[in-house]
Amino acid sequence: MKERAIGIIFTLLGLVSVLFVLLITVYLIVSGVPAIGEIGFINFMFGKVWRSTGSDPQFGILPFILTTIWGTIGSLIIGLPIGFFSAVYLAKMAPKRIRDIFVVIIGVISGVPSVVYGLVGMLVLVPFVRTVFNLPDGASLFASIIVLAVMILPTVIKVSLTSLEAVPKDYEEASLALGATKIETYFRVSVPAARSGILTSVVLGIGRAIGEAMAVMMVAGNVANMPSIFKSVRYLTTAVAIEMSYSSGLQRQALFSIALVLFCFIMIINGILMVLRRENKDA
Amino acid sequence: MRKKPFDIYMKIFCYISIILVGLLSFSLVCYVLVKGAKNISWQLLSTSPSYLEERIGILPDIVNTIYLVITTLIVVLPLGVGAAIYLNEYATNRKLTSLIDFASETLAGIPSIIYGLAGMLIFCQFLRLKTSLLSGSLTLVMMTLPTVIRTTQESLKTVPNSYREGAFALGAGKWRVVRTVVLPSSIQGILTGCILSIGRILGESAALLFTMGFAHTLNNYFTALGSSGATLTVALYVYAKEQGEFGVAFAIAAILLILTILINLITFFLERHFERRN
Repeated sequence: MKERAIGIIFTLLGLVSVLFVLLITVYLIVSGVPAIGEIGFINFMFGKVWRSTGSDPQFGILPFILTTIWGTIGSLIIGLPIGFFSAVYLAKMAPKRIRDIFVVIIGVISGVPSVVYGLVGMLVLVPFVRTVFNLPDGASLFASIIVLAVMILPTVIKVSLTSLEAVPKDYEEASLALGATKIETYFRVSVPAARSGILTSVVLGIGRAIGEAMAVMMVAGNVANMPSIFKSVRYLTTAVAIEMSYSSGLQRQALFSIALVLFCFIMIINGILMVLRRENKDA
Repeated sequence: MRKKPFDIYMKIFCYISIILVGLLSFSLVCYVLVKGAKNISWQLLSTSPSYLEERIGILPDIVNTIYLVITTLIVVLPLGVGAAIYLNEYATNRKLTSLIDFASETLAGIPSIIYGLAGMLIFCQFLRLKTSLLSGSLTLVMMTLPTVIRTTQESLKTVPNSYREGAFALGAGKWRVVRTVVLPSSIQGILTGCILSIGRILGESAALLFTMGFAHTLNNYFTALGSSGATLTVALYVYAKEQGEFGVAFAIAAILLILTILINLITFFLERHFERRN
């Protein structure tokens, strides 16, 4: 009797995470859908102008969507190669000591709060961008891309490193025995063997870049422009955060709709991740 | 033997990348620590801000952060450890376990700004907890739950089945086996989960903006639970972005960075210690 009750309690505790996901999904849908209905799906998703507080308010979030996409792609272009090559070095070439030191370093930079990245970005990167490119203001898509690139680095390195280190030694030995050089072996045997892990690291990086709010808010300038590399821009995340505290009425509901769009993006990323993980397990 | 160009290029890329990563991390850490050290003073750490004396103090923010960590852990640990025990010890229904796995993977991928909004809708508005430390910690409970479940589950998996079988053979019931054999052997995973969660709570800001607010008042624990308060990260944001007090912001950044470094060193040595023991 007592055993059964305890079993039930544990089952309920197990279901708490399911409950949380349901709660979050339901609340976002319930509060996000009305504004989309009122504004019109096409107008909302593909409208180029966001003017939420004017006398003739317009709620088009295309600038935010495109900014998020360009920001993510830009940060991948910069962060991915650096992360990938660092992971190969740490997994295959580095002495044990150096590897261990870097594992701690990477742990630290992945744990640095995003507001700290934002602060450094605001005071070092933004003025730097302004002087180098001779702009009126350095807070721009470019500055936010750099910050995001730094922020996805640890994720890319950590996950790629783990999967590169898990490649069976026999593969590499076979390749070496066939006369390939060490470097050839690492890049033509180990990397393809760790393919799905490396891909997972990329998708995780994308997720982190799409979801980042605070650091981006401090360096991107936050004007609802269509994205352009040196213009002040607003991401999906920052669009929600910037106006939330003083919003009301349809504006507030539209912010919830933006969050819903962001949530859909993230769920797609999550779906890809789950497929990748399953492949990992099968391999 | 002549070296192949492919080898040389790849090697160069690797070295450039790792040097970049090293330099970048090193300069980031040094810059923040040096800038922060200049601005940290005993007065800053030990007082509340006062407009009359034109003084900024971050004591309330420190206290709020500590309260937040404690409250969140108190709630998330039983939930997470319980869920992990269910998944590893009790679950017989494959569909249910994969549903729970799916849910916790989903939770792990949701960005903090979404948690902030959901927390605001669920806790502040629907449950009428207002913008308060309690709403903030419940929001962070949702966020840290997958971490605690995963680390606990990993260490439960390392408990050999023979332990359980031995205890069953001696006539112990399931609950007794879990309580006296399984849980004590998985203390490492629970500890790691705790530390990782603390790291996440310390660094969180976007989820707290709308759930916990910005107030800098010093309260005792029970008053604090029901009132709005800024954590160190939120205070950093407000001082830097809205008030232009960069000195204070850097002081807070340095404190957060030192805590991050400590947390990473602790997890590194914990893992190493337990690896050796196993």
